[in-house]
Amino acid sequence: MATAVEPRRHSRPRGIDARRRRTAYGLLIPGGGWLMVFFLVPVVLMAYTSLKSGGVLSGGFSFTWEFGNYATALEGRQEFLLRSMTYAALTTVGTVTLAYPAVYWIAFHAGRFKSTMLFLILLPYFVSFVIRTVQWKFILGDTGPVLGSLKDAGLISSDFHILATGIAVVGGLIYNYLPFAALPLFVALDRIDPALVDGAQDLYATPTAAFRKIVFPLSMPGVFAATLLTFVPATGDYVEAAILGSPKTWMIGNVIQSEFLTRARYPVAAALAMMLMLTMVILTSIYAKVLGTEDEALSAARV
Amino acid sequence: MSTTTQAAPTRIEAATRVALAPRSPRRRHPARWILPIYTICLLLFLAVPILAMILYGFNDIPGERQTPRFWGFTLTWYRTLFDDASLNEAVRNSISIALMAAILATPLGTSLGLALGRYGFRGKAGVSFVIFMAIAVPEIVLGSSLLSMYVQVRAPLGFATILLSHIAFCVPFVAVTVRARVQGMDRALEDAAQDLFATPFTAFRKVTLPVIMPGITAGFMLAFVLSLDDFVITDFNSGQVQTFPIWVWGATRIGLPPTVNVFGTVLFAAGVLLAGTSALARRRKRQGD
Repeated sequence: MATAVEPRRHSRPRGIDARRRRTAYGLLIPGGGWLMVFFLVPVVLMAYTSLKSGGVLSGGFSFTWEFGNYATALEGRQEFLLRSMTYAALTTVGTVTLAYPAVYWIAFHAGRFKSTMLFLILLPYFVSFVIRTVQWKFILGDTGPVLGSLKDAGLISSDFHILATGIAVVGGLIYNYLPFAALPLFVALDRIDPALVDGAQDLYATPTAAFRKIVFPLSMPGVFAATLLTFVPATGDYVEAAILGSPKTWMIGNVIQSEFLTRARYPVAAALAMMLMLTMVILTSIYAKVLGTEDEALSAARV
Repeated sequence: MSTTTQAAPTRIEAATRVALAPRSPRRRHPARWILPIYTICLLLFLAVPILAMILYGFNDIPGERQTPRFWGFTLTWYRTLFDDASLNEAVRNSISIALMAAILATPLGTSLGLALGRYGFRGKAGVSFVIFMAIAVPEIVLGSSLLSMYVQVRAPLGFATILLSHIAFCVPFVAVTVRARVQGMDRALEDAAQDLFATPFTAFRKVTLPVIMPGITAGFMLAFVLSLDDFVITDFNSGQVQTFPIWVWGATRIGLPPTVNVFGTVLFAAGVLLAGTSALARRRKRQGD
């Protein structure tokens, strides 16, 4: 059999490259095809729907290049869009500032408790998101354990309430998105070699300076990813606003949901969703341009 | 994950620290206890609704709807856990959809992750971008666009549309998880296998697959959890069929029965137990090596 042994060629014969390419496309097609049919096509059809006219009761919708839907959709809705952006911005700032110090400590100082701590941060994921939000409604209820006892003790007036205010909605959003923000922050901070910090301190940098000049700049990709992963989904969220808020705290998601599912005004609802998507894409690209290249945005999303 | 690699430098660091002059010890000190206390407070904040959910599952309320007030302990809601047929069905739907979605999304996402992590091909940046978008776009946009499509092709909303939509949002997450694992893999292993006359397929099955298996398992679990918990996309594409989150959402308007807390607690305990045992098994296996 020894005669059958031939040395491995260093330059790959062309046949192998062609085979590799075939394998690559073979692997790509099933998943890529699925994403095409269930992500790209639906977005195109949503754009198509947003240009239809008619109504469910007046014999269905037909495609008429009805750009007026976009004006109709926005009429009196700027308030909701603006509120969504404001709430999402507050949520982003809140989650990143709340998560950063804790994640920093876990990444650099938690030692053998590192994975346990990380697991505890992700613990809320083991409870359904709707149930978690509903629990805050009970905890913060006017007669609940917090406000109820404060009222009994006479520390706050009896008509004080948190639910149905913007504070409750933003608080709920911050709670729900905190683990989302913590994960990319952890990945970025955990990647930093502690020897770099020690090196800086050996060169007589104060701990503050070492943090400001070494750790913080190196953790920026994590901050970037956390911001993106919080701001974008929070803008479209409607669960907290519905459960913890009131119609006065409705976000754009609540409007889209009710237009689609309650009023069945598909073209107007699709126009709103298109505008939300485009706004997010534009904001994300500007953000990526300002803070770095698109490649960085992509690699940030990879965590 | 990287704890083992970091153990060694820490010892060296400790040695250097002794050898060199002490660095402003007074300024390091407060941070030493402020940050851990802060971290514990944050973890408690994250746990509050979970503890509330567990506690209120024992609430001895006078009626059948949950109240903010805690009346005393009872096991009634554990005894009557399966009494509500519609809630049972919703939980069953959730679990079977999550299982099927994870089983179907895992091979689709795995092959996509392999293609992106190992091969160069034309349009790779485009595919990566689409995956990024599918993860980053607000869920409500995915939900509305899928609904637009189902309405357009007159597909009746129900179990099938929920499942198809769930597979759709799970695939990118599995792909990203597997890609990360593939990129971290040593390509020389596979080349070596082929040098030893393994066919590409055998090399894949005997070498590549075992190496990327943790990524595939993680992708599967992620898909299962994402599907089980999904509310927004399901809300748009479920029609009359209810999953657990949808049932809870519908019930919030009239008031929740405490059995919801019990189901939540059971699912939580099962999830934590599963994650805990798999983490322990991994640790034991690593120690055994």
